[in-house]
Amino acid sequence: MFSNLDLQQIVFGRLTLESIPYHEPILLWTFIVVAAGGVSLLGAITWFGQWGYLWREWFTSVDHKKIGIMYVVLAIVMLLRGFADAVMMITQKALAVGVNEGYLPPHHYDQVFTAHGTIMIFFMAMPFVTGMMNYVMPLQIGARDVAFPFLNNFSFWMTAGGAALIMLSLFVGEFARTGWLAYPPLSGAAYSPGVGVDYYIWGLQVAGVGTTLSGINLITTIVKMRAPGMTMMKMPVFCWTTLCSNAIIVTIFPVLTATLALLSLDRYVGTHFFTNDYGGNSMLYMNLIWIWGHPEVYVLVLPAFGIFSEVVSTFCGKRLFGYTSMVYATAVIAFVSWLVWLHHFFTMGSGASVNAFFGITTMIISIPTGAKVFNWLFTMYRGRIRFESPMIWVMGFIPTFVLGGLTGVLLAVPPADFVLHNSLFLVAHFHNVIIGGVVFGLLAGVNYWFPKAFGYKLDPFWGKVSFWCWLAGFWVVFTPIYALGLMGVTRRTQHFDDVAVQPYLTVAVIGVFIIMAGIAAFLVQLVVSFFRREQLRDLTGDPWGGRTLEWSTSSPPPPYNFAFTPVVHDLDAWWDMKRRGYARPLQGYRPIHMPRSTSAGVILAGLSTVLGFAMIWYIWWLAALSFVALIAAAIRHTFDYDRDDHIPADEVARFEELRTAQLANGVRADA
Amino acid sequence: MHETTAPPGAAAPVFYQQEEHAHGESGTLLGFWLYLMSDCLIFAVLFATYGVLGRNYAAGPSGAELFDLRLVALNTGLLLLSSITYGFAMLEMEKNRVDATLRWLAITGAFGAAFLAIELYEFAHLIHEGATPQRSAFLSAFFTLVGTHGLHVTFGIVWLVTLMVQVRRYGLIADNQRRLMCLSMFWHFLDVVWIGVFTFVYLMGSMR
Repeated sequence: MFSNLDLQQIVFGRLTLESIPYHEPILLWTFIVVAAGGVSLLGAITWFGQWGYLWREWFTSVDHKKIGIMYVVLAIVMLLRGFADAVMMITQKALAVGVNEGYLPPHHYDQVFTAHGTIMIFFMAMPFVTGMMNYVMPLQIGARDVAFPFLNNFSFWMTAGGAALIMLSLFVGEFARTGWLAYPPLSGAAYSPGVGVDYYIWGLQVAGVGTTLSGINLITTIVKMRAPGMTMMKMPVFCWTTLCSNAIIVTIFPVLTATLALLSLDRYVGTHFFTNDYGGNSMLYMNLIWIWGHPEVYVLVLPAFGIFSEVVSTFCGKRLFGYTSMVYATAVIAFVSWLVWLHHFFTMGSGASVNAFFGITTMIISIPTGAKVFNWLFTMYRGRIRFESPMIWVMGFIPTFVLGGLTGVLLAVPPADFVLHNSLFLVAHFHNVIIGGVVFGLLAGVNYWFPKAFGYKLDPFWGKVSFWCWLAGFWVVFTPIYALGLMGVTRRTQHFDDVAVQPYLTVAVIGVFIIMAGIAAFLVQLVVSFFRREQLRDLTGDPWGGRTLEWSTSSPPPPYNFAFTPVVHDLDAWWDMKRRGYARPLQGYRPIHMPRSTSAGVILAGLSTVLGFAMIWYIWWLAALSFVALIAAAIRHTFDYDRDDHIPADEVARFEELRTAQLANGVRADA
Repeated sequence: MHETTAPPGAAAPVFYQQEEHAHGESGTLLGFWLYLMSDCLIFAVLFATYGVLGRNYAAGPSGAELFDLRLVALNTGLLLLSSITYGFAMLEMEKNRVDATLRWLAITGAFGAAFLAIELYEFAHLIHEGATPQRSAFLSAFFTLVGTHGLHVTFGIVWLVTLMVQVRRYGLIADNQRRLMCLSMFWHFLDVVWIGVFTFVYLMGSMR
């Protein structure tokens, strides 16, 4: 190993000019487009002199609202990347049939499907959900920020750092070719000697630290910072789902961290945890990774359920049907989610009893989930339903998700799973619940809370276009994929000899382009709404006739959220306040104690990202240097005792008088 | 029992609190507890891994052949003593005595460093005998579990030294008391984990 050390290896590790895939036309053009876009974006920021503003008001901000928005922006960017992978994958499949080899060679195709899964779960769905929880939950419990505002900023930048590493793998080196969970021994040093798996590991490890810390932060916020009078059973359902989701996060992400650390030891140090020889056991990895992996889907879907609950009761003008059962159903789902992981590998051969146990626990999860669906339906029953943009997502979600749930129960039967394991049926099933449940929920949430965050509603026409394209596109893609799965077509296949599959795949390609239209309509919706913002302006802070506390403050809320802490007497606190004639206090403002912005989060996460990059490329001096710098920067941060500030009373008064004027005469917010 | 619905026509109660209510320090302690439990799960994974792979010797040495229980018993004693001395430091902190607090913290750190030194000696000895982490799955799991604990102790010592500097410089102010409390929980947590390691890895490993 040390015999042929030369200077280049010491300085650059295994990073060479050859690592930059300029000889692959697809990647070259992607790079040119991304680079052009990036340069023009950076150039525009510089031209308009916005760096200082971005740095002061956003990047270093510890305001949960701004961090929430940054999370969602990151998620939307990564959605575009992950979706581009999906388009490449399905078009390759549809083309590469019979004698045609398609346009993606196997080594590239394998990276594409790995990147698609990794990005969509870790860097699209996770930041999207975390962003929603970050933005909405503190407002719903009447708090001014989260429990640990600095940690919140740090968590975001760790997630962004992980995303940056994954994106970098597109242009420097390669990504893993192992599938999104990187099963060994394929992902071990013997069969994946390149940097792909290392990009995967370090991208996830850096982001995973952020996710765990954010989970701790949000749990503490809910437990400790609820407004007076808000007992646990008076919390909005979204806060309950946030609590359960973060409880799962805190229990499973350490498992992922440890599992990936063991895989890294196998790869870097030559240990034998998951190798074929010297007593290693790769089945241990399958168990550990799915102990993380299955609860993870509930981390994503529970907050989506919370969003649907809020939207349904608001747009039906009714209290949510069965609040208590909704809370218990959420808690039961969270609990049982820890007990089902083995259904991902019934075919491993654990024996009939073990498979039966996990088959039954999996089926049990459908009971509380079914209870939730009935609660939503009964909330709509005899309600005055307003079919506005957030609500139509719920209408699309219920039938789509129920069908996805049913195919899930089907797969939970071990004998059926033996037939369908690793088939496209499984692929269709999990897209059915993740798109139909999580993505629809998040888009409902964006339409619902956008006016709160930005002070104007999203354009309803383009919202409806986006919804119908997503819904129709989803079914056009995944109905043929279900059918192919039932015929026995396996997933992750780069080329088909049998030409009979081509018609189905062609239909799926058409569906993907319909979904693409849905995504485009969503982006158009954002742009159109920006230009029509004066017509769409919300001056009341309560554009939908809301029921929970986030609607009791202005849109967008002032930095301190609430000039006076609300006192809660009932479920649906804001509805109760409106019903019983609350009086907004107009004087007696006090200075408000708020955390101060800090650049420590950006610096620490930046150093972690550099550390990850150095480890990926075996640039040991840089790894050591960034590690030492990381520790030093962390220690230095602890010497900063002065982390708080006060918003003076007259500034609070200014904000509140503007709000009074808005409520009274509809004066423009920026006047 | 709480009422979920107010009676209709009831007079409007107080909907806003004029006084600022402070969010207490307990938030940090709860958050730190949650962190410790998440860290505990990392150890749980390593223990489970050891449980699965702990007998996969791959024709290499077993725990019974390798472990020197007297050395490990000494080490366990050092770590347990360091927990007691940390407790004394906290008692002095309660009495607001800076110098005594620092003295006990220094003793705690010294015990921790001695523990690490013996552990490193043990590791070096094993590697010298050819029982490296690469030798078998058992040794991979052993070195990783024990080493991760050692890494935690190392970070605990770095944190301890940092806090000693901060206590010396700024005194036993509320922030520092809270930090000492967090480190206290961390330190005792490592003790508890070590008791698991000692029992599960060393004692049970020697019986095989």
